[in-house]
Amino acid sequence: MTTSVNPFDVARIREDFPILKKLIHGKPLVYLDNAATTQKPQAVIDALVNYYVTENSNVHRGVHTLSQLATDAYEGAREKVRQFINAEHDKEIIFVRGTTEGINLVAQTYGRANIGPGDEIIITAMEHHSNIVPWQILCEEKGARLKVIPINDDGELLLDEYESLLSPRTRFVSVVHQSNALGTINPVERIIELAHARDIPVLLDGAQAVAHVPIDVQKLGCDFYAFSGHKLYGPTGVGVLYGRADLLDAMPPYQGGGEMIRSVTFEKTLYNVIPNKFEAGTQNIAGSVGLGAAIDYVNSVGMDNIASWEKELLAYGTERLSEIELVQLIGTARHKGSILSFVMENAHPHDVGTILDAEGIAVRTGHHCAQPLMDRYGVPATVRASLAFYNTKEEIDTLVRGIDRVIEVFSR
Amino acid sequence: MSNLHELYQEILLEHNNKPRNFRKLEDANRKADGYNPLCGDQITLYLKVEDDVIADVAFQGHGCAISRASASMLTQSVKGETLAKAEEIFDGFHALITDPDADVDYDLLGDLEMLSGVSAFPTRIKCAVLAWHTLNAAIEGKEDSVTTE
Ligand SMILES: Cc1ncc(COP(=O)(O)O)c(C=O)c1O
Repeated sequence: MTTSVNPFDVARIREDFPILKKLIHGKPLVYLDNAATTQKPQAVIDALVNYYVTENSNVHRGVHTLSQLATDAYEGAREKVRQFINAEHDKEIIFVRGTTEGINLVAQTYGRANIGPGDEIIITAMEHHSNIVPWQILCEEKGARLKVIPINDDGELLLDEYESLLSPRTRFVSVVHQSNALGTINPVERIIELAHARDIPVLLDGAQAVAHVPIDVQKLGCDFYAFSGHKLYGPTGVGVLYGRADLLDAMPPYQGGGEMIRSVTFEKTLYNVIPNKFEAGTQNIAGSVGLGAAIDYVNSVGMDNIASWEKELLAYGTERLSEIELVQLIGTARHKGSILSFVMENAHPHDVGTILDAEGIAVRTGHHCAQPLMDRYGVPATVRASLAFYNTKEEIDTLVRGIDRVIEVFSR
Repeated sequence: MSNLHELYQEILLEHNNKPRNFRKLEDANRKADGYNPLCGDQITLYLKVEDDVIADVAFQGHGCAISRASASMLTQSVKGETLAKAEEIFDGFHALITDPDADVDYDLLGDLEMLSGVSAFPTRIKCAVLAWHTLNAAIEGKEDSVTTE
């Protein structure tokens, strides 16, 4: 073994992720489906086990010691999230199931209270279904309208079109920070600036961005930011909705139940303060603690190191795939994250996925929960290789060999 | 032969490249749409049924090699058969691709035997049966599009 001169020691990093040692069909796993979910470092797995072995109890409810330990762990995780995205207050961090629930929460509370007949909500042509359907449900209920910012062929938003969509009826803007299907990182600062000039609040769907771009919600100035723990090397079933305190305070509750109340009589219920007002029932306590551990882990690697290694991988992957004549990349924005979405001239994405799987390579094939976007490109589906900081250039070489295999099978 | 070669046999690829009866059937008297939400495969199946016999059958749509080849082979195998016989063929085909140890009647299946490799790829069974579920829906005169879910 030669010693690496690269300050980013990916071999060392890979040691932290036990699943990366797994063999698939007898071949080393090449995990390139990180946009769907990321793998978990041992530190996160240990945090889950440790919580159940030493701290498990319900939070905010008991005077006994264990309950206090669990509450400290849970609230400690909230503080870690706050620091990670640089929110001003702890109470602006609401634990939810994931991005999907975060967006639904905003649509069902802020949306129902503030959006009426004839009002308009702006999204983009590259949204995940979870940032389309909650707004459609609201529009249906309220008689409001959904407006869509179009994109160019590279997968970049047309900001001029956005400006002309902003109207006196616009009540909300909800935009994906980094597209899961194209990789495009959107100019969210400008989007927010233009909306705020008209006093329109903005939600960012950070499901993808949070694992690849350092996030500072105060600097961004967004009103809401939603993300999922499982795409940030944390457990499934837990995510975060950040909301500005003044907005959250004014919003009606989402679900009713325990924990979200201050006092209940059959005549009247007083709601708890934020964040508890939005955390009805027993939350995913262990998951939240696991997410806190994931944040610690990511911080120990360093978001900047992660971003720069992924940038290098993306450049290498883009170059290698561009060399293959039968491959067409979908999503070629100038500013993009580590996602390589492509179609092949003679092979359907689903067949590509099966052949790559036989080589141990995990990619996602399909519409990536973005059917309107697939329609925009006139393809039913794409193959998507999404990279994380534990991926290597050798793995991209393996992907390229896998694609050669597809070409070989389909040219018989 | 590797599992992969067994799956992507030459006959399958040939059907994928040049699907049989791949057109709209203008005088169809039954029709159904099928959709596989997992991968976006979409198919429209047209039937002309006369006295319980499938006098003509054709399909349109887009999908992976397996769903296209399966649809193409379907049209060949059920054309001219009674509805009851078509059902029998589907049952035999279903057993072939889901159960490697099934006792199947190869005479009944003809070219469809070439899809047996699917049984080693559980995630692809839905692709292979999409056209068949759509055929059933067309026979039963169902209006709603069928899905593999
Ligand atoms: C951009 C984007 N938004 C939202 C989601 C939904 O996330 P979850 O399923 O974790 O709620 C995803 C995940 O696939 C995503 O990529």
